[in-house]
Amino acid sequence: MTLVQKARLKSLWVVHFDCGGCNGCDIEVLAALTPKFDVERFGIVNIGDPKQADIMVLTGPVNHKNKRVLRDLYEEVPDPKMVIAVGTCACTGGIFHNCPNILGGVNKVVPVDVYVPGCAARPEQIIDGVVLAMKKLAGEAPEEDE
Amino acid sequence: MALATPLIGGLLMGVDRKLTARMQERVGPPLAQPFYDALKLWGKTVMIDSSLQPALAFGYLGFALVAAGLVTFRQNLLLVLFVTGMADICLTVAAFDAKSPYSYLSGRREFLAMLSYEPVMLLAYTAIFMVTGSFTIRGIYEYGAPLLLVLPAALVALEIVLVIEMKKSPFDVSGHAHQELVRGVFTEFSGYTMALIELGRWTKLATTMMILSLFWAPSPVIGGAISLVMFFVVLMVDNLYPRLTWQRMLRTTWAVGFALILLNVAALAVGGVIL
Repeated sequence: MTLVQKARLKSLWVVHFDCGGCNGCDIEVLAALTPKFDVERFGIVNIGDPKQADIMVLTGPVNHKNKRVLRDLYEEVPDPKMVIAVGTCACTGGIFHNCPNILGGVNKVVPVDVYVPGCAARPEQIIDGVVLAMKKLAGEAPEEDE
Repeated sequence: MALATPLIGGLLMGVDRKLTARMQERVGPPLAQPFYDALKLWGKTVMIDSSLQPALAFGYLGFALVAAGLVTFRQNLLLVLFVTGMADICLTVAAFDAKSPYSYLSGRREFLAMLSYEPVMLLAYTAIFMVTGSFTIRGIYEYGAPLLLVLPAALVALEIVLVIEMKKSPFDVSGHAHQELVRGVFTEFSGYTMALIELGRWTKLATTMMILSLFWAPSPVIGGAISLVMFFVVLMVDNLYPRLTWQRMLRTTWAVGFALILLNVAALAVGGVIL
Protein backbone atom coordinates (compact mmCIF):
# COMPACT_ATOMS: atom_id res chain seq x y z
CA MET A 1 0.00 0.00 0.00
CA THR A 2 1.54 3.29 -1.05
CA LEU A 3 1.71 6.40 1.12
CA VAL A 4 -1.02 8.10 -0.89
CA GLN A 5 -3.33 5.09 -0.49
CA LYS A 6 -2.76 5.17 3.27
CA ALA A 7 -3.50 8.89 3.40
CA ARG A 8 -6.67 8.30 1.36
CA LEU A 9 -8.11 6.23 4.23
CA LYS A 10 -7.28 8.89 6.81
CA SER A 11 -8.74 11.85 4.96
CA LEU A 12 -12.17 11.68 3.37
CA TRP A 13 -13.79 14.89 2.25
CA VAL A 14 -17.51 14.72 1.75
CA VAL A 15 -19.76 16.65 -0.57
CA HIS A 16 -23.35 16.37 0.56
CA PHE A 17 -26.18 16.90 -1.93
CA ASP A 18 -29.88 16.82 -1.15
CA CYS A 19 -31.74 15.74 -4.29
CA GLY A 20 -35.09 16.80 -2.86
CA GLY A 21 -35.92 14.72 0.18
CA CYS A 22 -37.68 15.80 3.35
CA ASN A 23 -34.39 16.93 5.03
CA GLY A 24 -34.70 14.16 7.65
CA CYS A 25 -31.61 12.35 6.34
CA ASP A 26 -29.76 15.67 5.90
CA ILE A 27 -30.22 16.41 9.58
CA GLU A 28 -28.83 12.96 10.39
CA VAL A 29 -25.84 13.48 8.06
CA LEU A 30 -25.07 16.77 9.79
CA ALA A 31 -25.58 15.11 13.20
CA ALA A 32 -22.53 12.96 12.41
CA LEU A 33 -20.44 16.15 12.54
CA THR A 34 -21.66 17.16 16.00
CA PRO A 35 -19.55 16.59 19.16
CA LYS A 36 -21.44 13.36 19.97
CA PHE A 37 -20.35 11.50 16.81
CA ASP A 38 -17.53 13.81 15.61
CA VAL A 39 -16.50 12.20 12.33
CA GLU A 40 -13.66 14.73 12.00
CA ARG A 41 -11.60 12.51 14.31
CA PHE A 42 -11.39 10.08 11.35
CA GLY A 43 -10.44 12.94 9.02
CA ILE A 44 -13.93 13.12 7.50
CA VAL A 45 -14.88 16.72 6.69
CA ASN A 46 -18.02 18.09 5.05
CA ILE A 47 -16.17 20.18 2.48
CA GLY A 48 -19.05 21.29 0.25
CA ASP A 49 -16.79 21.67 -2.79
CA PRO A 50 -17.17 18.84 -5.35
CA LYS A 51 -13.75 19.54 -6.89
CA GLN A 52 -12.00 18.62 -3.64
CA ALA A 53 -14.35 15.87 -2.45
CA ASP A 54 -13.73 12.12 -2.25
CA ILE A 55 -17.19 10.93 -1.25
CA MET A 56 -20.62 12.06 -2.41
CA VAL A 57 -23.35 11.67 0.19
CA LEU A 58 -26.71 11.84 -1.57
CA THR A 59 -30.09 12.05 0.11
CA GLY A 60 -33.61 12.17 -1.29
CA PRO A 61 -35.11 10.91 -4.58
CA VAL A 62 -33.96 12.32 -7.93
CA ASN A 63 -36.45 14.39 -9.89
CA HIS A 64 -36.40 15.70 -13.45
CA LYS A 65 -35.43 19.20 -12.25
CA ASN A 66 -32.21 18.24 -10.50
CA LYS A 67 -30.93 15.19 -12.38
CA ARG A 68 -28.71 17.44 -14.53
CA VAL A 69 -27.31 19.15 -11.41
CA LEU A 70 -26.58 15.77 -9.83
CA ARG A 71 -24.87 14.51 -13.00
CA ASP A 72 -22.71 17.69 -13.16
CA LEU A 73 -21.74 17.39 -9.50
CA TYR A 74 -20.79 13.74 -9.99
CA GLU A 75 -18.57 14.61 -12.95
CA GLU A 76 -16.89 17.42 -11.01
CA VAL A 77 -15.65 15.06 -8.28
CA PRO A 78 -12.17 13.81 -9.29
CA ASP A 79 -11.34 10.07 -9.13
CA PRO A 80 -11.03 8.02 -6.99
CA LYS A 81 -14.52 8.73 -5.68
CA MET A 82 -17.33 6.93 -3.89
CA VAL A 83 -21.05 7.60 -3.93
CA ILE A 84 -23.20 6.83 -0.90
CA ALA A 85 -27.01 6.88 -1.14
CA VAL A 86 -28.34 7.75 2.31
CA GLY A 87 -31.96 7.00 3.21
CA THR A 88 -34.73 4.98 1.59
CA CYS A 89 -35.58 7.74 -0.90
CA ALA A 90 -32.02 7.92 -2.25
CA CYS A 91 -31.82 4.11 -2.41
CA THR A 92 -35.10 3.34 -4.19
CA GLY A 93 -37.28 6.44 -4.37
CA GLY A 94 -39.01 5.49 -1.10
CA ILE A 95 -42.54 6.74 -0.59
CA PHE A 96 -42.16 8.96 -3.66
CA HIS A 97 -41.44 6.05 -6.03
CA ASN A 98 -44.60 6.39 -8.14
CA CYS A 99 -44.73 10.17 -8.34
CA PRO A 100 -44.70 11.48 -11.94
CA ASN A 101 -41.92 14.00 -11.20
CA ILE A 102 -39.61 11.42 -9.59
CA LEU A 103 -37.08 9.25 -11.42
CA GLY A 104 -36.52 6.93 -8.45
CA GLY A 105 -33.34 6.27 -6.49
CA VAL A 106 -30.15 8.20 -7.22
CA ASN A 107 -28.75 5.13 -9.03
CA LYS A 108 -30.97 6.09 -11.98
CA VAL A 109 -28.56 8.99 -12.61
CA VAL A 110 -25.17 8.18 -11.03
CA PRO A 111 -23.50 4.85 -10.12
CA VAL A 112 -23.89 4.19 -6.38
CA ASP A 113 -21.25 2.32 -4.33
CA VAL A 114 -22.89 2.07 -0.91
CA TYR A 115 -26.58 2.05 0.02
CA VAL A 116 -27.58 3.16 3.52
CA PRO A 117 -31.31 2.47 3.93
CA GLY A 118 -33.53 3.87 6.66
CA CYS A 119 -36.15 6.55 7.06
CA ALA A 120 -34.37 8.49 8.29
CA ALA A 121 -30.98 6.73 8.27
CA ARG A 122 -29.36 6.93 11.70
CA PRO A 123 -25.98 8.68 12.12
CA GLU A 124 -24.38 5.37 13.20
CA GLN A 125 -25.61 3.75 9.98
CA ILE A 126 -24.30 6.65 7.90
CA ILE A 127 -20.87 6.42 9.56
CA ASP A 128 -20.94 2.65 8.93
CA GLY A 129 -21.71 3.33 5.27
CA VAL A 130 -18.81 5.77 5.02
CA VAL A 131 -16.48 3.17 6.58
CA LEU A 132 -17.70 0.61 4.02
CA ALA A 133 -16.98 3.10 1.22
CA MET A 134 -13.55 3.70 2.75
CA LYS A 135 -12.79 -0.04 2.58
CA LYS A 136 -13.93 -0.15 -1.02
CA LEU A 137 -11.68 2.83 -1.78
CA ALA A 138 -8.76 0.89 -0.29
CA GLY A 139 -9.54 -2.07 -2.54
CA GLU A 140 -10.72 -4.44 0.19
CA ALA A 141 -13.81 -6.46 -0.65
CA PRO A 142 -16.51 -5.67 1.92
CA GLU A 143 -17.66 -8.73 3.86
CA GLU A 144 -21.05 -10.06 2.78
CA ASP A 145 -23.91 -10.13 5.29
CA GLU A 146 -25.67 -13.48 5.68
CA MET B 1 15.86 25.02 7.89
CA ALA B 2 13.94 26.98 5.28
CA LEU B 3 12.69 23.72 3.77
CA ALA B 4 11.52 22.58 7.22
CA THR B 5 9.11 25.53 7.48
CA PRO B 6 6.27 23.76 5.59
CA LEU B 7 6.55 20.85 8.05
CA ILE B 8 6.40 23.19 11.06
CA GLY B 9 3.46 25.03 9.50
CA GLY B 10 1.68 21.73 8.78
CA LEU B 11 2.10 20.65 12.39
CA LEU B 12 0.76 24.03 13.53
CA MET B 13 -2.29 23.50 11.29
CA GLY B 14 -2.78 20.10 12.94
CA VAL B 15 -2.53 21.71 16.38
CA ASP B 16 -5.05 24.31 15.20
CA ARG B 17 -7.59 21.63 14.18
CA LYS B 18 -7.05 19.62 17.37
CA LEU B 19 -7.39 22.66 19.66
CA THR B 20 -10.45 23.94 17.77
CA ALA B 21 -12.07 20.52 18.18
CA ARG B 22 -11.25 20.46 21.91
CA MET B 23 -12.77 23.95 22.31
CA GLN B 24 -15.97 22.60 20.70
CA GLU B 25 -15.91 19.54 22.99
CA ARG B 26 -14.98 17.21 20.14
CA VAL B 27 -12.13 14.70 20.00
CA GLY B 28 -10.69 16.15 16.83
CA PRO B 29 -8.47 14.71 14.08
CA PRO B 30 -4.92 13.42 14.69
CA LEU B 31 -2.06 15.94 14.68
CA ALA B 32 -0.79 14.69 11.32
CA GLN B 33 -4.19 15.25 9.66
CA PRO B 34 -3.01 18.14 7.39
CA PHE B 35 -0.27 15.84 6.00
CA TYR B 36 -2.80 13.08 5.25
CA ASP B 37 -5.01 15.66 3.53
CA ALA B 38 -2.17 16.99 1.38
CA LEU B 39 -0.95 13.49 0.43
CA LYS B 40 -4.45 12.43 -0.52
CA LEU B 41 -4.97 15.59 -2.60
CA TRP B 42 -1.66 14.84 -4.34
CA GLY B 43 -2.98 11.44 -5.42
CA LYS B 44 -6.26 12.66 -6.91
CA THR B 45 -6.97 12.78 -10.65
CA VAL B 46 -5.85 16.04 -12.24
CA MET B 47 -8.80 18.25 -13.13
CA ILE B 48 -7.78 21.74 -14.16
CA ASP B 49 -10.04 24.26 -15.80
CA SER B 50 -7.46 26.92 -16.61
CA SER B 51 -3.90 26.31 -17.73
CA LEU B 52 -2.57 29.24 -15.67
CA GLN B 53 -3.74 27.78 -12.35
CA PRO B 54 -0.99 25.15 -11.81
CA ALA B 55 1.71 27.74 -12.60
CA LEU B 56 0.19 30.15 -10.10
CA ALA B 57 -0.12 27.41 -7.47
CA PHE B 58 3.61 26.66 -7.91
CA GLY B 59 4.23 30.42 -7.73
CA TYR B 60 2.32 30.69 -4.45
CA LEU B 61 4.39 27.91 -2.86
CA GLY B 62 7.61 29.22 -4.42
CA PHE B 63 7.22 32.78 -3.16
CA ALA B 64 6.18 31.49 0.28
CA LEU B 65 9.33 29.33 0.44
CA VAL B 66 11.51 32.27 -0.66
CA ALA B 67 9.98 34.41 2.11
CA ALA B 68 10.66 31.62 4.63
CA GLY B 69 14.27 31.44 3.42
CA LEU B 70 14.69 35.21 3.74
CA VAL B 71 13.49 35.06 7.37
CA THR B 72 15.71 32.05 8.16
CA PHE B 73 18.80 33.82 6.79
CA ARG B 74 17.92 37.03 8.69
CA GLN B 75 17.34 39.21 5.64
CA ASN B 76 15.32 42.39 5.14
CA LEU B 77 11.81 42.46 6.65
CA LEU B 78 10.49 44.69 3.85
CA LEU B 79 11.66 42.17 1.25
CA VAL B 80 9.86 39.43 3.21
CA LEU B 81 6.68 41.52 3.16
CA PHE B 82 6.83 42.08 -0.61
CA VAL B 83 7.67 38.45 -1.43
CA THR B 84 4.78 37.26 0.78
CA GLY B 85 2.62 39.81 -1.04
CA MET B 86 3.63 38.23 -4.36
CA ALA B 87 2.53 34.83 -3.04
CA ASP B 88 -0.85 36.30 -2.12
CA ILE B 89 -1.14 37.90 -5.55
CA CYS B 90 -0.50 34.49 -7.18
CA LEU B 91 -3.36 33.01 -5.14
CA THR B 92 -5.71 35.88 -5.94
CA VAL B 93 -4.97 35.89 -9.68
CA ALA B 94 -5.52 32.11 -9.73
CA ALA B 95 -8.89 32.69 -8.04
CA PHE B 96 -9.80 35.35 -10.63
CA ASP B 97 -8.64 33.10 -13.47
CA ALA B 98 -11.28 30.43 -12.88
CA LYS B 99 -14.65 31.24 -14.38
CA SER B 100 -16.56 30.85 -11.15
CA PRO B 101 -18.53 33.50 -9.26
CA TYR B 102 -17.51 32.07 -5.86
CA SER B 103 -13.85 32.14 -6.76
CA TYR B 104 -14.10 35.63 -8.29
CA LEU B 105 -15.88 37.14 -5.28
CA SER B 106 -13.39 35.50 -2.91
CA GLY B 107 -10.51 36.82 -4.99
CA ARG B 108 -11.83 40.36 -4.55
CA ARG B 109 -12.18 39.77 -0.82
CA GLU B 110 -8.65 38.34 -0.65
CA PHE B 111 -7.35 41.55 -2.24
CA LEU B 112 -9.25 43.56 0.40
CA ALA B 113 -7.72 41.36 3.12
CA MET B 114 -4.26 42.16 1.72
CA LEU B 115 -5.20 45.84 1.64
CA SER B 116 -6.18 45.54 5.32
CA TYR B 117 -3.14 43.86 6.82
CA GLU B 118 -0.17 44.80 4.64
CA PRO B 119 -0.11 48.52 5.62
CA VAL B 120 -0.30 47.51 9.31
CA MET B 121 2.66 45.15 8.84
CA LEU B 122 4.56 47.86 6.95
CA LEU B 123 3.93 50.31 9.79
CA ALA B 124 4.98 47.74 12.39
CA TYR B 125 8.23 47.11 10.48
CA THR B 126 8.79 50.88 10.27
CA ALA B 127 8.36 51.08 14.05
CA ILE B 128 10.96 48.31 14.41
CA PHE B 129 13.24 50.34 12.09
CA MET B 130 12.80 53.44 14.25
CA VAL B 131 13.86 51.46 17.33
CA THR B 132 16.66 49.29 15.93
CA GLY B 133 17.81 51.54 13.07
CA SER B 134 17.61 48.69 10.56
CA PHE B 135 14.98 46.90 8.51
CA THR B 136 16.92 43.64 8.56
CA ILE B 137 16.27 40.78 10.96
CA ARG B 138 20.00 40.70 11.66
CA GLY B 139 19.57 44.28 12.95
CA ILE B 140 16.92 43.10 15.42
CA TYR B 141 19.32 40.45 16.76
CA GLU B 142 22.11 43.05 17.01
CA TYR B 143 19.80 45.43 18.89
CA GLY B 144 20.02 43.02 21.82
CA ALA B 145 17.13 44.05 24.05
CA PRO B 146 13.73 42.34 23.53
CA LEU B 147 11.49 44.35 21.18
CA LEU B 148 8.39 43.39 23.18
CA LEU B 149 9.45 45.73 25.99
CA VAL B 150 9.61 48.76 23.68
CA LEU B 151 6.91 47.87 21.11
CA PRO B 152 4.15 45.99 23.00
CA ALA B 153 1.31 47.71 21.12
CA ALA B 154 2.85 46.83 17.74
CA LEU B 155 2.67 43.15 18.73
CA VAL B 156 -1.04 43.56 19.52
CA ALA B 157 -1.52 45.11 16.07
CA LEU B 158 0.27 42.12 14.52
CA GLU B 159 -2.17 39.83 16.37
CA ILE B 160 -4.93 41.27 14.15
CA VAL B 161 -2.69 40.59 11.14
CA LEU B 162 -2.27 36.97 12.28
CA VAL B 163 -6.07 36.54 12.40
CA ILE B 164 -6.37 37.63 8.75
CA GLU B 165 -3.28 35.64 7.74
CA MET B 166 -4.71 32.43 9.24
CA LYS B 167 -8.13 33.19 7.70
CA LYS B 168 -9.92 32.94 11.03
CA SER B 169 -13.11 34.52 12.39
CA PRO B 170 -13.96 37.40 12.64
CA PHE B 171 -11.91 38.20 9.50
CA ASP B 172 -12.22 34.96 7.49
CA VAL B 173 -14.07 36.74 4.67
CA SER B 174 -12.17 35.11 1.79
CA GLY B 175 -10.93 31.69 2.85
CA HIS B 176 -13.31 29.98 5.18
CA ALA B 177 -16.66 31.60 4.48
CA HIS B 178 -18.19 28.28 3.48
CA GLN B 179 -21.76 29.35 4.16
CA GLU B 180 -21.54 31.95 1.38
CA LEU B 181 -18.51 31.15 -0.80
CA VAL B 182 -18.13 27.31 -0.70
CA ARG B 183 -14.34 27.27 -0.10
CA GLY B 184 -13.46 30.90 -0.81
CA VAL B 185 -10.33 31.43 -2.93
CA PHE B 186 -9.62 27.68 -2.82
CA THR B 187 -12.94 26.71 -4.47
CA GLU B 188 -11.57 26.08 -7.96
CA PHE B 189 -8.40 24.25 -6.93
CA SER B 190 -8.40 20.47 -6.90
CA GLY B 191 -5.94 17.60 -6.68
CA TYR B 192 -2.25 18.50 -6.67
CA THR B 193 -2.81 22.26 -7.16
CA MET B 194 -4.77 22.31 -3.88
CA ALA B 195 -1.96 20.30 -2.21
CA LEU B 196 0.54 22.96 -3.39
CA ILE B 197 -1.69 25.73 -2.03
CA GLU B 198 -1.93 23.90 1.32
CA LEU B 199 1.89 23.61 1.47
CA GLY B 200 2.13 27.32 0.68
CA ARG B 201 -0.30 28.16 3.48
CA TRP B 202 1.73 26.12 5.99
CA THR B 203 4.93 27.86 4.88
CA LYS B 204 3.34 31.29 5.18
CA LEU B 205 1.96 30.51 8.65
CA ALA B 206 5.38 29.30 9.87
CA THR B 207 7.04 32.40 8.37
CA THR B 208 4.62 34.74 10.14
CA MET B 209 5.17 32.87 13.42
CA MET B 210 8.95 33.23 12.98
CA ILE B 211 8.56 37.00 12.43
CA LEU B 212 6.39 37.27 15.57
CA SER B 213 9.03 35.40 17.59
CA LEU B 214 11.51 38.19 16.72
CA PHE B 215 9.82 40.30 19.38
CA TRP B 216 11.98 38.44 21.91
CA ALA B 217 14.96 37.99 19.60
CA PRO B 218 17.67 37.35 22.24
CA SER B 219 16.05 34.04 23.19
CA PRO B 220 14.36 31.96 20.44
CA VAL B 221 12.61 29.87 23.12
CA ILE B 222 10.81 32.83 24.70
CA GLY B 223 10.18 34.28 21.22
CA GLY B 224 8.65 31.01 20.07
CA ALA B 225 6.52 30.88 23.22
CA ILE B 226 5.23 34.41 22.50
CA SER B 227 4.23 33.47 18.96
CA LEU B 228 2.54 30.27 20.20
CA VAL B 229 0.54 32.29 22.76
CA MET B 230 -0.56 34.61 19.93
CA PHE B 231 -1.52 31.54 17.87
CA PHE B 232 -3.67 30.28 20.76
CA VAL B 233 -5.35 33.69 21.17
CA VAL B 234 -6.28 33.60 17.45
CA LEU B 235 -7.95 30.20 17.98
CA MET B 236 -9.85 31.52 21.02
CA VAL B 237 -11.07 34.55 19.06
CA ASP B 238 -11.99 32.28 16.12
CA ASN B 239 -14.25 30.17 18.31
CA LEU B 240 -15.77 33.13 20.14
CA TYR B 241 -16.67 35.57 17.38
CA PRO B 242 -18.77 35.35 14.21
CA ARG B 243 -17.54 36.56 10.83
CA LEU B 244 -17.68 40.29 10.09
CA THR B 245 -18.05 41.94 6.68
CA TRP B 246 -14.97 43.09 4.75
CA GLN B 247 -15.92 46.73 5.47
CA ARG B 248 -15.67 46.07 9.19
CA MET B 249 -12.41 44.19 8.65
CA LEU B 250 -10.84 47.11 6.76
CA ARG B 251 -12.08 49.66 9.30
CA THR B 252 -10.95 47.65 12.35
CA THR B 253 -7.51 46.76 11.00
CA TRP B 254 -6.70 50.25 9.84
CA ALA B 255 -8.21 52.16 12.78
CA VAL B 256 -7.02 49.86 15.59
CA GLY B 257 -3.79 48.66 13.95
CA PHE B 258 -2.58 52.10 12.85
CA ALA B 259 -3.62 53.74 16.15
CA LEU B 260 -1.81 51.12 18.26
CA ILE B 261 1.47 51.41 16.36
CA LEU B 262 1.39 55.23 16.11
CA LEU B 263 0.62 55.57 19.84
CA ASN B 264 3.47 53.20 20.62
CA VAL B 265 5.91 55.21 18.50
CA ALA B 266 4.61 58.49 19.98
CA ALA B 267 5.09 57.15 23.52
CA LEU B 268 8.64 56.11 22.67
CA ALA B 269 9.37 59.55 21.19
CA VAL B 270 8.03 61.28 24.33
CA GLY B 271 10.01 58.88 26.53
CA GLY B 272 13.14 59.71 24.59
CA VAL B 273 13.86 56.14 23.42
CA ILE B 274 13.80 57.23 19.76
CA LEU B 275 14.39 60.60 18.16
